[in-house]
Parts: sequence; structure tokens; C-alpha cells
Amino acid sequence: MEVDRADGRNPNQLRPLACSCSILHRAHGSASWSQGDTKVLAAVYGPKAGTKKNENPEKASIEVIWKPRTGQIGKPEKEYEMILKRTLQSICILTINPNTTTSVIIQVVHDDGALLPCAINAACAALVDAGIPMKHLAVAICCCLAESGYCILDPTKLEEQKMKAFAYLVFPNSILSVLPEGSSLVQGEPMEHGIITSVTHGAMSVDDYFHCLERGRAASAKLSDFLRRSLQSKLPADLSKAG
Amino acid sequence: MGLPNASEDLSSEMEVDAFRRLFPLRYFERHLAESIRPDARPLSRARDTTISMGAVASADGSALAKIGSTTMLAAIKMEVMTPSLESPDEGCVSIDFHMPPICSPLVRPGRPAEAAPVVAKQLSDTISRHELSLVGGKAAWMVYLDIYCLDADGALFDAALLSAVAAFSNLQIPTVSLDDGKIVMLPEEQKEENSEKEPVNKEKRKLTLGGIPFSLTCILHKNYILADPTSEEESIMETLVTVVLDSSNQLVSLYKPGGAVLAYTSAVQDCIALTRQRVKELHQILEEAISGMEID
Repeated sequence: MEVDRADGRNPNQLRPLACSCSILHRAHGSASWSQGDTKVLAAVYGPKAGTKKNENPEKASIEVIWKPRTGQIGKPEKEYEMILKRTLQSICILTINPNTTTSVIIQVVHDDGALLPCAINAACAALVDAGIPMKHLAVAICCCLAESGYCILDPTKLEEQKMKAFAYLVFPNSILSVLPEGSSLVQGEPMEHGIITSVTHGAMSVDDYFHCLERGRAASAKLSDFLRRSLQSKLPADLSKAG
Repeated sequence: MGLPNASEDLSSEMEVDAFRRLFPLRYFERHLAESIRPDARPLSRARDTTISMGAVASADGSALAKIGSTTMLAAIKMEVMTPSLESPDEGCVSIDFHMPPICSPLVRPGRPAEAAPVVAKQLSDTISRHELSLVGGKAAWMVYLDIYCLDADGALFDAALLSAVAAFSNLQIPTVSLDDGKIVMLPEEQKEENSEKEPVNKEKRKLTLGGIPFSLTCILHKNYILADPTSEEESIMETLVTVVLDSSNQLVSLYKPGGAVLAYTSAVQDCIALTRQRVKELHQILEEAISGMEID
């Protein structure tokens, strides 16, 4: 089915991506990530000694601070903090630096839809920049579902408001390694098809959700390639510094 | 490390309680391998659930829901408000979820619990704006829904949603009348006396819920799926998936905030299937609670 989007994209097309790392010089790691007009800045400080109360001191703890563009943080931002924290906990190797806290600060620069996925991508790039040990990268994507049942990716704010339902999905990045082909299959599915995080809003049928999942997986491959490329491009400079 | 092996050897010599405290994960995995849980439930069985309606006499609608020992008290208060210009035909629902220190050792007095705003936000996403308009553009209902967690023993969202849904079905909308273009609430006693003030909403005393949402939280651990976890299980195995389906089997929410275990298509399908069963159970429990009220 043909769908008209205000900016002339086709339903599966993402907005132009941009990522730059190490932009704040006092932070241990930082990154800015933008998808079209949505832009988020992430800074990582840590690992710092000690964990907060109620955290397991045998593991590294991660703390997320969400700063909205204007005003105080409310319930939605609190929820974003919690989702982001749990998502980052699942991709970091927490046993390497026990009894430490890593702070991730998210500053929203501009919100034009798909804010949480954008923040997750930014946080992930900033963690890599800070050299925090991770199992794999994560890529986040937003799928929207219209009344008529078609599905569009990476919506703008206007599109988000018009849609009846949307889903934020986070998938692991495929691991490029020496592992033999097929060894990363889990229950007959490649590892990058597993869902790390899923948050939905609005009612949809179960089939529609699986449809979104499929679209999201396809797009996440493109996103992972972009993330990997933008992280690799800064590697040679680092190596020359080290040498 | 040698620790896992040590625990294997120790399990035969140690007392069960000591083993449970020292190697909680190992203790649970031993049970899971036998397809049973420490509280004698099969993996996919939810705990006993009860609802009692009308627990708060001064509220317009209220209910007390228990899932196992997780206890939630929900109460609704309604007020008349002027709707905003952007949505003249819509009312407003304000949801507060309270976790007082009484509910869990993790909650300290003075410091609000981390989970509280998250559960409140999730609830406001799942409960739709019903027909809350009184007089188009002039007056609409402002609904204050307060949920108190009295005992937090896992699956907080499930219990909170169940108590909220039950309180909504218990709701008696107060009668109001038009007085010189202003809307006045009619106190219960005066209803017969001043008959010149005609109630505006005589026939609409019940809220018709559209699709009623019900939820089930599952833990994913390795290949096991555990329905309706207790707080002990939640603290040991950290990957939670909450599925919300409404009575017409629409997916209202599929919520998985991170966690060490990745959810593959088959696991997601299993969780949805478990939720379908649970929705039927909960629907029946709710119907029974409502019919029990009518007999009284």
C-alpha cells in the first residue's frame, strides 16, 4: 500500500542519521545522535567508586539522568530513565568493575519524534566512547501503526500524534567475530532477532505487533551498520595517539 | 571461581533455608528443572486472585485486589471540570500510584519509590479516556484514580491494573444538575426533595468500559517462562515481560524493559498465549466480584 508521508519518505525509510563521538572534553565518554530533527546528547562519567543503596555491590551499577529540553522531569521522563537503565544494564558486562557506578546523562536537544530510541542509540555510542566493557551494541527503532494497518518507521512528532499505536524496539547488534557461521543461532533465530526492550503505546492486534517486529529487525540491521561505521571511523586516530 | 561446583556439593549437606539464601539462583534452577516453583506452583500458573468491591465507602468507586499476597487498594473520586479548548468533548483521568513504606522493605519513608511513577505512567497508557463528557465544551468529568500498594510481593503492575479496572466497574457516577448554566453536584439526600433541578445525567450512572485491559507479567529465564512472579523471583531473575491484552484480544501493551535474556519470537508468542488464558481467568473473577456486589 502506498503511503504519503509529509517529508516524502517511503514507509521503511529512516531519517538521515548523524553521530559524533567525544564532543565534550570533560566527560569520560560522550556522543550526540540525531535522526532528522530529533537530537540527543549523551555523556558518560565513570566507573566511579561505590554503588548506591539497594544496588548489588557485587556488580557495576548504572545510573541514568534524563534532562528534558525545558522544565522539570515528570512521570514519562522517569519511565524513560528506568527503561534506559535496564536496557544499558543488559548490554554492559557488569561483573568486570564490581562496586562502581557509571552515570549516563542524557540531554534532549530537540524532540521531533522517536525520542527514546534516539536516546538509547546516543547512550550506546557514548558508552563505547567511554570504554565501558559491553557484550554487544544495541540499536533502537520506533515503528508506528496507522488506523488502516500500515506500518511506518522512525516517525516525526506529527506522525507519532496521528498514529493509533507505536512500538519502541531495541535489538542487539550482530556480533562480527571469529565465531563460526550459525553458532550464534538461538532457537533457530539469529541472535540479533532477540528483543532487548519493547515498549508499546496504543492498542493493536497481535499480528500487527509481529509485523512491526519484522520491519524493526530489517531496519535495525541498517542502523547497526551505521553505528559500527561511525564508531570505527574514529579508531585510527585513537590508535595513532596510543602509538 | 569454583563457586557453582561448591554449591553443588554443599546442597546435600546444607539445610534448605541456608542453601536458598546463599545460592538463590541455583536454588530456583533446581526447582525449575523439575517444572515446579518453590511455592508449589507449576511454571505457568498465576497465584490466587481475589477482588472485593467497594472497599472505600467515601469514594465514588473502589476495589481491593489481591494477587497472592500483593495487595492493591484503588479508589476513584470524580469532580466536574471545564474541558480544555483543544478537546472540548473529553474528560481527564489523573492517576496516582502510591507506594508507602508499609508495602516493602525497599521503600524508605520520605523517599518516593522508584517504581511508583513508572507504574502510574504505564497505567495511564493502558486506561483509555472513556466517555467522560457531561455537556459538550462546558463540563466534563475529572477522574482522580488513586492506587495504594499495601503489600508489594511482585507483579505490581498486574495487581494495580486489576484494582483500577475493578474500581472503574464499581464506579457510581454522582448525579449533577444544571443551575443557571452552572453545573452543581446533587448530594444524595436532596435527590427527591428539589425535583425542579433536573439531573443532567439521570440515565448515565455507570461508566461503560470499552475493551477491559488485563495483564500478566512473566519472567524469562533461560528457556523457562514463569508467570506471575513473586518479589523474590523478580529480584533473582531480572528479565520481565508484561503483556496487556483487552477483552477483545487486542494487544494494548507489550512491555519489556531490558533484562539479560533476549525475547525471541517464540518466547513472545508463549507469553501472549499465557496472557490470553489469564485474561479469561481474570474476566471471570471480575464478573463474579461484580455479581457478588449486586446480590448484596
